[in-house]
Amino acid sequence: MVQRLDRLKESPSQTAGPYVHIGTTPHFIGIDNVYPVDLGSLPVPPEVKGERIVITGRIFDGSGNALRDALIEIWQADANGLYPGRGEHRGTADPAFSGWARQPVDGTTGIYRFETIKPGSAPYSDGRPMAPHITFWIVSRGINVGLHTRLYFGDEEAANAADPVLGRIELKSRVPTLIASRSDESGVPTYTFDIRLQGENETIFFDI
Amino acid sequence: MRNDNTTYQDGAFFQRDRAWHPPALTPDYKTSVLRSPKNALISLGNTISEMTGPVFGHAMIGPLDNDLIRNYATTGDPIGPRTIVYGRVLDENARPVQGALVEFWQANAGGRYRHKKETYLAAIDPNFGGCGRTITDDEGRYWFRTIKPGAYPWPNGVNDWRPAHIHFSVFGHAFAQRLITQMYFEGDPMIWQCPIVMGIPSREAVETLIAALDREASLPMDTLAYKFDIVLRGRRSTMFENRREGN
Ligand SMILES: [Fe+2]
Repeated sequence: MVQRLDRLKESPSQTAGPYVHIGTTPHFIGIDNVYPVDLGSLPVPPEVKGERIVITGRIFDGSGNALRDALIEIWQADANGLYPGRGEHRGTADPAFSGWARQPVDGTTGIYRFETIKPGSAPYSDGRPMAPHITFWIVSRGINVGLHTRLYFGDEEAANAADPVLGRIELKSRVPTLIASRSDESGVPTYTFDIRLQGENETIFFDI
Repeated sequence: MRNDNTTYQDGAFFQRDRAWHPPALTPDYKTSVLRSPKNALISLGNTISEMTGPVFGHAMIGPLDNDLIRNYATTGDPIGPRTIVYGRVLDENARPVQGALVEFWQANAGGRYRHKKETYLAAIDPNFGGCGRTITDDEGRYWFRTIKPGAYPWPNGVNDWRPAHIHFSVFGHAFAQRLITQMYFEGDPMIWQCPIVMGIPSREAVETLIAALDREASLPMDTLAYKFDIVLRGRRSTMFENRREGN
């Protein structure tokens, strides 16, 4: 016998299920009298510094059908690359910016949409700059453990080419699954980021 | 200046034990078949993007947010066994996680959810919404009051039923700790017949999701209590962190 390590095990994950909206975005399904607003749904306040952008897309299953019951959370740095919230020791992020947002995909079309700002560059663990990116966390019925991925910006080619995380991915042909394409047709820079859970062009998901 | 406690909590998170969690593909839970990535996850580890996370203040929590018996009701109390759920949010180092936002949602006593895509024939309870939230205190504690949810059938096998359960969403101190899970109730034989539960590889891991009936915390002639602790990923002490170039 040896001494015990006084550690606990992480609670096992379970699927968010099809009714995740009840607990996370109740107004989205018509439960309007419990919370004032759906957490993470408010627009970025006007005083937040940075370029306004839209991120939109769908999540596809292995048969090519768009999920209509998924929930997405995003987490990102401010325009200067500083993170709001806990754990940022390099400085103070834009106090008006929360860095976090949450949206369900549309119940009919499966389309999600975030209106946010373009993040600045934050350093990798060895100090090299990471290209601007947004963390995505995806849960739904049929997903047993929430999936982490990253959106990188298609108009940041030089920064993406030098990004230490993208640089570690051995199968270079998979890197484009993380890169959102930009369109300016609507007047606001709009990045389309489709996520494929399975099949051809399966999105890269990370063990973080 | 950082105090010792902050320094202790600053390190990278322990690797998630994927053999403890359900795998992405659990064929007996049919929806997972087309929604499970086939490629291996790419090991990223923690960068600042994962070691930071949003903060939710106690000010956003309304007085009835942790009272599902009252936060939706208009004409009386919802039907069902009056229930207290309480516990702590801890990390794998058994340290309390203070300031953690905990959100919960559930079916009513008949096993019916208040959701526009829900079609189970059990009755909607006009006085039950089914959602609540709270933020842990300085010792990582949380509690809420609700009615015990019922079991319900779901389209998977021709006759599959979910055991009574409450869904939980938890934010720790960093996005790397983000977790959604479900709580089950002590003594329910249906736990061990559920394809979603049985996707968890070990009985030992399933048991950590089963809340214990706690008569001592129950209110006599009023409400039964269940205790449910939630464990988030732990993190290394910066005492042991690798020295990096330039540091
Ligand atoms: Fe459920």
